[in-house]
Amino acid sequence: MEHLLTQSFLTALLFYSVTAGVPLLLAGLGEQISEKAGVLNIGIEGMMLFGAYTGFLSAYYSGSFGLGFLGGGLGGAVVAAIVMLLCIHFGLNQIVVGIALTIGAEGLTALMYYFQFGREHPNLAAPPVLGIPGLSAIPVIGPGLFNHNAIVYLAVILVGVLAWLFRSTYVGLNLEAAGAKPAALDAAGVSVVKTRSYAVLSTGFLTGIGGAYMANVGAGLFVPFMTGGAGFMGIVLAMLARGKPIWVLLGAALFGASLSMTTALQVAGVNVPTDVVQMLPFAMVMLVLVIFARHSVLPPALGLPYVRGDRG
Amino acid sequence: MSAETGAGALSSRLPGGERLREARDVALRVLIPVFLALVIGGVILLILGKDPLAYYGYVLRRGLLTWSGLQETFTRMAPLLLIASGLIVAFRAGIWNLGGDGQFLLAAVITAALGPVLVGILPTAAVLIACMLASILVGAAWSLIPAILKARYGVNEIITSLMMSFLGTSFANVLIKLLFWDPGTTVPQTRMLPVPDRLPPIPSTTIHSGVIIGVVVVVLVHLMMTRTAFGLKLQVVGANPAAAVHAGLNVGWLTIATFALSAGLIGLAGSVEILGVWGTVRADWNPAFGLLVVPLVFLARFNGYGVIGFTLFFSALMIGGDSAARRVGVPQHFVLVLVGLLLLFLAVVEYLDHLRRKRLTT
Repeated sequence: MEHLLTQSFLTALLFYSVTAGVPLLLAGLGEQISEKAGVLNIGIEGMMLFGAYTGFLSAYYSGSFGLGFLGGGLGGAVVAAIVMLLCIHFGLNQIVVGIALTIGAEGLTALMYYFQFGREHPNLAAPPVLGIPGLSAIPVIGPGLFNHNAIVYLAVILVGVLAWLFRSTYVGLNLEAAGAKPAALDAAGVSVVKTRSYAVLSTGFLTGIGGAYMANVGAGLFVPFMTGGAGFMGIVLAMLARGKPIWVLLGAALFGASLSMTTALQVAGVNVPTDVVQMLPFAMVMLVLVIFARHSVLPPALGLPYVRGDRG
Repeated sequence: MSAETGAGALSSRLPGGERLREARDVALRVLIPVFLALVIGGVILLILGKDPLAYYGYVLRRGLLTWSGLQETFTRMAPLLLIASGLIVAFRAGIWNLGGDGQFLLAAVITAALGPVLVGILPTAAVLIACMLASILVGAAWSLIPAILKARYGVNEIITSLMMSFLGTSFANVLIKLLFWDPGTTVPQTRMLPVPDRLPPIPSTTIHSGVIIGVVVVVLVHLMMTRTAFGLKLQVVGANPAAAVHAGLNVGWLTIATFALSAGLIGLAGSVEILGVWGTVRADWNPAFGLLVVPLVFLARFNGYGVIGFTLFFSALMIGGDSAARRVGVPQHFVLVLVGLLLLFLAVVEYLDHLRRKRLTT
């Protein structure tokens, strides 16, 4: 047990919790925007994986991590555009389309990656790191929390920005109305379809960046099927956060910590079968769901297409 | 989800011309998505520099037109049919059980662990039955938490069953490595079930009898869902939960029963695959059939007889695709792309059909 309290283990645990948590945070925040607007975005896993793929390609060919994140965001947004077209404009079943996109993205990215790189897995260089002056010098916490790629700090700042957006702006109000009472929003002269479209595209963009982060920073390379349920965890985060971005952040930290256990224990030289540790994040998700299930709240019009003139 | 339960009964009462048109509509709604998926898939192959006609031709020959390929295809149908019957139960009751992979694998591991232990004690038939019953229970047990969360608190079962699936996949590996590892092997795997104690093959073929179990179960499930009071209750829950509560049905218990039955059947699929084909489970083995069967069940519109046909088509695609991966150089992942496209076009065609009907009625 004394392994667990060494400085290097705690630093590694914090550091990898952030690395594993950031994709969850971005996916969770993205899903929160969609769910607020009444769209159940089951395809988020596909968006994340596609973002990981396009993000990796952008960074690999341009050599720039910034362009990598942009490419990932755009890749996620492309998948989201399909959801927008089929589910929001045409009102197709959101669950069927979501599953289709997830399966399709899994197959397509694995296939294209195979044709581009065969069985080789080219690595990216180490990502640029921005140490926060002062804070990054604190032992354990400094290298663990304040010595990351700039996108990490942006993601945390986004939590505050979204909280403000949801609470104090018309944009937030429109989103909430699109999910709670779309007909009222329509009556107020705001297009439900447009509001939901922007929401879904933002989801795709944020989730895609999360995927790119997972590939480019977390792993340093793209591996087929690499998201492994992280997108679905984003849905859980959004479900439990009840519309509050800060809860997405706390949940992402918790799930990120469980995900990072594998790496951190390896760093500390503790020999636990990886399969046991791999169960941890999902066990944690189920535990949290069991404990907080009765408190999870979803908008009334979630998953329902809006048809003007229909009751509802 | 709209279960077209009365479609058969309805069309038999329609006049001749109407019935013909109805049959043509159903055929189109099924064939158009399949056709579009194959075409777009072909375009993707072209972009990747492969000849789609050569690929599809090879898959067809290998999966259906050679005797050995056809036998493999029939063998593959066994687990897919059982998973499909599990999904029919759930989908008709309006429940999304997407945790199939975890339920399948855990049941497979329990079968592989139990089988070799029982072989010395019980006669073969009893071993097989005991393994299958145990696997049904394991599958059902693994669905209990999502079922209760859905029944009590209305927690979205898509997410919970998926999470349990990821959990189950890792748990299956833990069981193999920590409990059931055959000490005689270097790679972690369970003890091998001797071939004479497995499901017997259909005489003068290599197809194991599990495919018969699959066909029988899928027909029984179809009859249960369409011809019994229990099935009708589930369909009412699926069509309109609020109305079901109003009609005095105990929706909570029906939800849990649906989940248990669905997951139990998927567990049986895992058991049959082990008892018929592999005889053991290796660590990290995961055929991931769960989500692949979803579009087949939709294509068949939750109809058990339809599922048999689509499973044959899809098994041939998988078996042919398997060897095409080696021969034509197109990896198996292409089948995933086809499945995704199929689901997508299915939803689109359904929508267009819905529009057309609305135009006709108004």
